[in-house]
Amino acid sequence: MKQINSREVQEVLEGFTGKEVFLHLETTNGAYAAQDKEKRAVGAYIRNAKITILNAMIKGNGPFRIGLKTNDGWVYAEGLTDWEVDVKDRLLIAGHDAEGKLAVALQISITPFK
Amino acid sequence: MEKHVLVVFPHPDDEAFSTAGLMIQHTNQGIPVTYACATLGEMGRNMGNPFFATRETLPEIRKKELRDACAVMGIRDLRMLGFRDKTLEFENQELLIKTIGEVIDETNPSLVITHYPGYGIHPDHDACGAATVQAVRLIPEEKRPKLYCLPITRDREEVLGEPDVRIDVSDVIDRKIEALKAHRSQTEGMVRKIESEVGNPNSEILNWLSQEVFWIYNFNSEDNEG
Ligand SMILES: [Zn+2]
Repeated sequence: MKQINSREVQEVLEGFTGKEVFLHLETTNGAYAAQDKEKRAVGAYIRNAKITILNAMIKGNGPFRIGLKTNDGWVYAEGLTDWEVDVKDRLLIAGHDAEGKLAVALQISITPFK
Repeated sequence: MEKHVLVVFPHPDDEAFSTAGLMIQHTNQGIPVTYACATLGEMGRNMGNPFFATRETLPEIRKKELRDACAVMGIRDLRMLGFRDKTLEFENQELLIKTIGEVIDETNPSLVITHYPGYGIHPDHDACGAATVQAVRLIPEEKRPKLYCLPITRDREEVLGEPDVRIDVSDVIDRKIEALKAHRSQTEGMVRKIESEVGNPNSEILNWLSQEVFWIYNFNSEDNEG
């Protein structure tokens, strides 16, 4: 992965507009956060939600935000820092925290994620 | 002396901190050790430090790390049970128990090690530990292997008392650190700290790694509690 360049990401996002795609969306602060009395483990993920993207945009100066307007609603993620298009042409975007741990992920693919 | 040791944990690297020393000591003596690992830790947050994995490459990376760690520990029988990280508590529990039970039937261990259900912090640790306890419970009492459970909550000694088993693994600490190192995506940062303290007798982390502690699961007291 490399640091987000919002212009490049925007271009890739636009390649998915008008298409039915599979989505992986995740946020996490780790199960071990439950160990800390000041915190609690919070997170959610959805893998292989099928959405049709009408409009996709990346905003911010880093960390970045992405909003996807879909046929039925919206998808939103913030805290995004790094990205790549992998060998299977999937757009992988992640937000890593100061320790380099994954905190948020938004991934789009034409074929289902394994 | 054990005949066969079976370790059941949900994530690659669960073994490295807590039981790698015991596993190495046994394979050193030619005692077979089976490691049944329920998931590939697909949802791990550590992507390497600096990061080199992605959410999508992590499973394959961790699979290789797990194989490498087993090679370091002298383990020839690694079973990847094929469940998915963070889903064990939602799985069909019968399936989970049956899958673990089949490994027990086949390997006929004299000692089984797993997380202490209810004291695992991570829900997968609790679910995998509970399924393993249940799989062992289904074995008739006279044939049951010993069951060492590993609680990892901070208050474990307050609640469960002193550990029943303390094993000094300082004789194999170098290989235990090698096993930790094999799980590179997860342990890189920590290993740097450990290696900087090698040779320091006051190193908290080395002293912690040099001793492995377990609580023997008592099926009888559980029966008494009804
Ligand atoms: Zn674990």
